[in-house]
Amino acid sequence: MIPFLLPLAAQAGTVEPASFLLPPAATEYAKQTDFTWNFILITDVVFFIILMGMMILFAVKYKQRQEGEKTDPTKGSHLLEAIWAVVPSILLLVFFALGFQGWINQAVPPADSLDVRVTGQKWSWTYEYGNGIKTFANLKAGTQDQYEGEGLVVPAGKPIRLTMSSQDVIHSFYVPDFRIKKDVLASRYTVQWFNALEPGEHQVYCTEYCGTAHSRMMSRIKVLSAADYSAWLDKNTPNENEAPEVKGQKLFAANACGSCHSIDGSKLVGPSLKGKYGTIETLEGGATAQIDDTYIRESILMPAAKVVAGYAPSMPAFQGRLSDDEINNLIAYIKTLQ
Amino acid sequence: MSSTSLDAAASGHGEESNYLNAHPGIGSWLTTLDHKRIGVMYLITILTFFLAGGLLALAVRAELFTAKGDLFTPDTYNKLFTLHGAIMVFLVLVPAIPASIGNIVMPLMLGAKDVAFPRLNLASYYIYVFGALFMVYTLVSGGLDTGWTFYTPYSSSHSNSSVTSALLGAFILGFSSILTGVNFMVTVHKMRAPGLTWTRMPLFIWALYSTSLIQILATPVVAITLFLLTFERTVGIGIFDPALGGDPVLFEHFFWFYSHPVVYVMVLPAFGVISETVAINSRKHIFGYNAIALSSVAIAAIGFLVWGHHLFISGQSELAGSIFSLITMGVAVPTAIKVISWIMTLWRGSIRYNTVMMYTLGFLWIFTIGGLTGLPLATLNTDVHLHDTYFVVAHFHYVMMGGVLFALICAMHHWWPLITGKMFNENIAKPVFWLVFLSYNATFLPQFVAGSRGMPRRYHEYLPEFEIWHKASTIGAMLFGLGLFLILFYLVASLLKGAKAPKNPWNGLSLEWQTSCPPPEHNFAGQPICKKGPYEFPETLSA
Repeated sequence: MIPFLLPLAAQAGTVEPASFLLPPAATEYAKQTDFTWNFILITDVVFFIILMGMMILFAVKYKQRQEGEKTDPTKGSHLLEAIWAVVPSILLLVFFALGFQGWINQAVPPADSLDVRVTGQKWSWTYEYGNGIKTFANLKAGTQDQYEGEGLVVPAGKPIRLTMSSQDVIHSFYVPDFRIKKDVLASRYTVQWFNALEPGEHQVYCTEYCGTAHSRMMSRIKVLSAADYSAWLDKNTPNENEAPEVKGQKLFAANACGSCHSIDGSKLVGPSLKGKYGTIETLEGGATAQIDDTYIRESILMPAAKVVAGYAPSMPAFQGRLSDDEINNLIAYIKTLQ
Repeated sequence: MSSTSLDAAASGHGEESNYLNAHPGIGSWLTTLDHKRIGVMYLITILTFFLAGGLLALAVRAELFTAKGDLFTPDTYNKLFTLHGAIMVFLVLVPAIPASIGNIVMPLMLGAKDVAFPRLNLASYYIYVFGALFMVYTLVSGGLDTGWTFYTPYSSSHSNSSVTSALLGAFILGFSSILTGVNFMVTVHKMRAPGLTWTRMPLFIWALYSTSLIQILATPVVAITLFLLTFERTVGIGIFDPALGGDPVLFEHFFWFYSHPVVYVMVLPAFGVISETVAINSRKHIFGYNAIALSSVAIAAIGFLVWGHHLFISGQSELAGSIFSLITMGVAVPTAIKVISWIMTLWRGSIRYNTVMMYTLGFLWIFTIGGLTGLPLATLNTDVHLHDTYFVVAHFHYVMMGGVLFALICAMHHWWPLITGKMFNENIAKPVFWLVFLSYNATFLPQFVAGSRGMPRRYHEYLPEFEIWHKASTIGAMLFGLGLFLILFYLVASLLKGAKAPKNPWNGLSLEWQTSCPPPEHNFAGQPICKKGPYEFPETLSA
């Protein structure tokens, strides 16, 4: 149990397994939230039983036996109303105080937090560590729980501060197991933090409606032990000497291009990229275009400029989101898709 | 119908002459200034849109029957839930009780011939229809996929759907709402019968009065906001879109400054209905008249200061969030007082179990759940977890849809004899109540569980672990839809072959029952005079 109105307990506990109403609680903060939840839940149940018990009791006991029978002349009771105003008020203040306590704990990330930048865009999440590591986890097309990419990889027992922004519309970064959620905006940075108790995997959802693939804008958090995390860091230090098409393949995955463009010829929201390089396509409106480096570059930066016939202009623009180098690497990768 | 009655001389009207048959022909309806006829036109129009919004809801539930998005495309699903919400909020719930039932009953309750401004009343109706046509245009011209909340910059710069026509529709509907509010307020102030003091006013009138206050004060804010958004979308002036230098959180503040109080526009009239039906069917004075009347006003006032609880996770400051949480707790107190007052009205009463009373008790059950589940949403850290999950969806359906709809059904049954002059079949209505009540709970209780377990809202497909809750909810929703169709069926049947309503079938004391059912064109044969309060039933008088 969490002591009332005290800072969070030391990060030494274990994950609380899921209950009937709640997902697992994988941080001390989550357990604190659950304490508030349980307190309100018990109060709610007690009041529900009192109110509905009275209603059902009266409804049965005072059922009309015959028309015109006498009823009680009472018009009200100031005493009862006063009690009924004061007692709930006190309970409501306790709810507020419990909620406020957790709110303040979430508002102030610990000073020794590890920083990760989170970027939301239609319809994927990317994580940047500041040392060149950039990760993601995107749902594989046609599945609901298979991911491409490792997702947000963090060590257990270390506070992680997420500084978040959006490339387009409002998104919201929600981790049920940590009981944290915050909107992700294009106009400012928003911050939230967590300190995972044990190694494990946790679900991430986008909870601010953001258009077509909102319900597939899920991701994963992978919590590793401190030792595993440090090994992971060593392994993933970016290698500048990789071939352009290999870098391009990673960019293709990191930017979730595959959620609309297949590489095996199947038709998704956008045209498949298999065997397209060098061909001539008919555009919306009847004109034609050669699929070359110039066309690919333009279609990444300004997707609505030349849309292939039969497809809606629904691709987001990547202007300002990919560097020239990154676009070159992507083109190199698309060339290999024969 | 024959109009040769011996009673004609006494009343100044033929006994059979009433507002329904006083003037024949559809033209006399479309140009009527009679508040009762305008109310009936509102009721029919609103119920038509309720049918449309309800069918959209069933389509949403059908998609969610399985975890995979296998029935509609994601874009179609997004349009379905958006149009469901937009139609239900702007076209159904806001005008549901005040503009239809309120319009019919309020002047009668006040002992007045009509509302203060009958022409304005008809104008409100046509403005409503005009705004509704924009919504219908939106529906057939590519739909709307922004969510009913129109959050920017998605609505202003990203959506390819008919956002502009929907914004204009909601903008126009706002004027209808404002004008009805003005009309009702003036009517309450100036048109009360002799003897009908403020403390003798039926609580339904107090509720409508509080509602009108919110409509007049809050609606202009959303009108301006939607107008600014229309400008941003069509002309590209940056107000809310960060890409144009705007602030999307500003939109959220503007939007909820209206849209939170509007929840009370929906639910306060429902409170008013329940105050009437619980007292009249318990044959007992309402418990705590002043407390109920003043709590309506208190809710209307405090309701303006709590919009920020929709923005706890939006990036608004922690201090603002804390203050909004604290004030939100304050709204719970007057609401709790109302609930205990209704329940205490049952105490030592003589409870009549007609259909109206069953919906009244059903309302109390549903609204109590709706109210209590609001508490973890008002509390800061639990809301962070529950925000934008199915817990919120279930909560606001319990309050808005359950609360308002059960009260509307209750009101339609209660005043059905007055409005139509016919009695509906109680023996069919009572079993249908149980179907409606049980299927309603089967629809929305599972959504609380899915939500607190972390199921996000507005998801076209979802993780298989939530499937069982969605399946239960979908089955409940289909049965609920069936129940509502059955209500429509027996009410229409009563028009065709229901028994003729006697005068004052429920033995009410408020003035609307002191005229015939249905009332004559000008409501009362002479000037009614109010001699005592509406809840001083003869049964309560000591021997």
